[in-house]
Amino acid sequence: MMETATKVPIKVNFTEDIKYKLVAENISASYDGIVTVKNVSMKFRDRAVTALIGPSGCGKTTFLRCLNRMHELTKNATLTGKVLLDGEDLYSNKVDPIINRRKIGMVFQKPNPFPTMSIYDNVACGLRLNGVKDKKILDEVVEGCLKMASLWNEVKGDLKKPGMSLSGGQQQRLCIARALAIQPEVLLMDEPASALDPIATQKIEEMIQELKKEYTIIIVTHNMQQATRVSDYTGFMYLGDLVEFGETKQIFENPRNEITAKYVQGQFG
Amino acid sequence: MVDSLISGIIPLKNGMMAIKMKKGSSHMDKIFKYVAIGAGTYIIALVVMIVVNLSTGSAQVWQQEGIGFLTGSDWNSVEGRESYGAFPYIMGTLVNAGIAMMISVPLSFGIAMFLSELSPRLLRTPLAMVIELLAAVPSVVYGLWGLLVFRTYIQDWIETPLHNLFGDQSIIFAGTPFGLDILTASIVLAIMIVPTIASISREIMLAVPNSQREAAYMLGATKWEAFRIAVLPYSKSGLIGAVILGLGRAVGETMAVTMLIGNTTGAAAIPTSLFQPSQTLASIMANEFAEASQGGLHLAALVGIGLILFLIAFLINVVAHLLVARVVKSHEGAVLA
Amino acid sequence: MITPEQRAEFRKHFRYNVGRRLVLDKIVKGIVFACVMIAIIPLIAILVNVFSNGAGALTWEFLTTVPGAVGSDDPGGIGPAIQGTIVIIGLSSLMGVPIGVMGGIFLSEYGNNRYGRTIRFLNDVMAEFPTIVIGVFVFVLVVLTIGDFSMWAGSFALSIVMLPIVMRTTEESLKLVPVTYREAGYALGIRRWRVIMTIVLSGAKNGLITGILLSVARIAGETAPLVFTILGSSQFISGLSGPIDALPLRIWRLSSLPYDSAVTQGWGGAFILIIMVLSINIGVRYIFLRNKEKTFIKFRKQGRMS
Repeated sequence: MMETATKVPIKVNFTEDIKYKLVAENISASYDGIVTVKNVSMKFRDRAVTALIGPSGCGKTTFLRCLNRMHELTKNATLTGKVLLDGEDLYSNKVDPIINRRKIGMVFQKPNPFPTMSIYDNVACGLRLNGVKDKKILDEVVEGCLKMASLWNEVKGDLKKPGMSLSGGQQQRLCIARALAIQPEVLLMDEPASALDPIATQKIEEMIQELKKEYTIIIVTHNMQQATRVSDYTGFMYLGDLVEFGETKQIFENPRNEITAKYVQGQFG
Repeated sequence: MVDSLISGIIPLKNGMMAIKMKKGSSHMDKIFKYVAIGAGTYIIALVVMIVVNLSTGSAQVWQQEGIGFLTGSDWNSVEGRESYGAFPYIMGTLVNAGIAMMISVPLSFGIAMFLSELSPRLLRTPLAMVIELLAAVPSVVYGLWGLLVFRTYIQDWIETPLHNLFGDQSIIFAGTPFGLDILTASIVLAIMIVPTIASISREIMLAVPNSQREAAYMLGATKWEAFRIAVLPYSKSGLIGAVILGLGRAVGETMAVTMLIGNTTGAAAIPTSLFQPSQTLASIMANEFAEASQGGLHLAALVGIGLILFLIAFLINVVAHLLVARVVKSHEGAVLA
Repeated sequence: MITPEQRAEFRKHFRYNVGRRLVLDKIVKGIVFACVMIAIIPLIAILVNVFSNGAGALTWEFLTTVPGAVGSDDPGGIGPAIQGTIVIIGLSSLMGVPIGVMGGIFLSEYGNNRYGRTIRFLNDVMAEFPTIVIGVFVFVLVVLTIGDFSMWAGSFALSIVMLPIVMRTTEESLKLVPVTYREAGYALGIRRWRVIMTIVLSGAKNGLITGILLSVARIAGETAPLVFTILGSSQFISGLSGPIDALPLRIWRLSSLPYDSAVTQGWGGAFILIIMVLSINIGVRYIFLRNKEKTFIKFRKQGRMS
């Protein structure tokens, strides 16, 4: 029935004078010769949460991974288009990807703390890479980030314990703290709560609300309730196309596109 | 493949057909299972028989020499003055294998890292194949090449300059460089065990989940930093296993070493200089076997050396496989998966 | 909570060390690439030397006649060695392959228990074992008991060398056969042993052949166990017992002779041996890898469909 998405011109009711933190222009991406993202352009506002929704395999994760040049590490990956962070092209030949990855933190679908490192080292690791040696600063950042990830109270007594000794939800919050420690400007989250129980999910959602005050957050999710709860803007992707993009309220209550309507009403997914 | 299971097709009255299958009898099920168990048990039987036979075959020398067979340095097969001690060859084996490991471990890790982390996809398979072909070249061909070709290069380009530079005063470069010595044998041995260590290390590195690497890249790590932060700690015990497995290979390698190590016996074989001929447990067996008369003490001594080598190699391999197996298991059970 | 001011303060502590880190990255990449080159050089050198020195020795006479007397004008050939190697490979395959395949069946189909794990472990240990020890063992068990060196002793020794390889590859390729194949057989009421012997074995055919061929390539070059079991000879096989010759053994003996003609013959023998071993290895890998690639692509496509 819905073999192809009918293209609807995407109207975003943002006023043009707003400065956008991150702008993706005409991103197309493929791996192993299969095109998964087709000419997607999106603008992300600072201090706001943008959710990307869509059925699995619609290319939302691939698109997210294009935003911090993580996609090119995938096997047989190709990519065209531009990503501008504060107006500067991440894909310009002049910049090494490692410089900008630091500015764009990422939280993955499955918690992936470094298993051989302690909780402290997991968070401090990114700082050490960036040449921070001052023990006082390290302590301060580790504490601050664990607090922001609302993990501090649970682990403050045993920071020396291995990261793997934590529960799944705690591991995911540890990964968030690790991503925050490098003081990024943008935070990408790839279904951060998909592997977690409801209580852990709630904690992470509360935390996103808190982080939003200072970060540009882009979150991929296929849980529509989650998108309505945490996000200000929502983009709906289907078969590699960005079908509709607008304020979350509008997307869920008054979708302009037929497929979007069917998806948010839960008729397929 | 199913054809062989059909024993007959019977036409039925109403124009349809019934297919009769060979299903086999239940007795055969049992017999088959016991045959399979028997074949597996054969391995256990072999290990037991090896221990028993090497022990009985060498009983004579243990009775004669006692623990001195392990600690003694004499090696005299002249009748009436017979005396045997394996100590120099144990030392020769360990030193020879040790030097080979010093060369081959860094080299193998480098190769494994290139193949698992850096190599362009197009090169990956052919390069891994070339490394595995290195393992396929027979030991005796390495020996022949080392003896007739490599030895002269080692002698002219490495040993003579080093000897001239440091002279006889320096212990490890003392002695006239002749080319058939510990150095040559251990370099060729190193070449031979590179494929073992490299291909196992590569598999262990490839088994590190990509999510670990991505976590490091996310923090802004370079390739090398991602390897250091994410891959290396994760695969550490497996890599140690790979090294020990390589050591097992190095200890038991026979032909190439026999052809290159120069073959001295007795106390003279205790290694002190790199440029000194020596002897390993494996090479003395290969060298002296033809001279030992059946039923004599000399033969028992060689079998006894076989027993020592068996025990060393068995221990090394057991430790290595336990380490490698634990890594594989922890990968399977990881919370990350 | 970290305030924006604090964050700005933290960022000041970041060193602009990216340039240095990228240089270090390049250096490491260079070293690692050099490691690969260093490892490939010996293989190329060996192949070049063996081919250039050995090709000249190859004549029909060299391949078929017996060796001449040591030091005589007529160096003769290596006929007995080639004959011996072929006979020994055949005999040891006859002994090693059936037991190895059955052992592999045991590990894969009946070995999911403590006993199976023990055997799998010992099998792995045996696969990396010094072959010379196996030679000494067979010498004590067979040669001393019977009182003579023989092709049987040599074949028995080499069958022990090849056994773990056959067993392991059989197990692994049987495990690759999907469980659904077996269930389909059981659903038809076919007994387990027949399901294994027909459906499972034929599904694992490629892997089995690969394992057997690789183990043959391995034993073709084995020298150490033969020293103790067949001793070496300069005559063609004349009876069921008594010393015989084999290619690797002959190469070893030739290499220790001080005559140019012997050295040339040694290279010639190495040439034949290496052609044999490498062609099996390359051939098997080529076929096996191509098949693996095909199945991989097939599964991947199926995965994407769903």
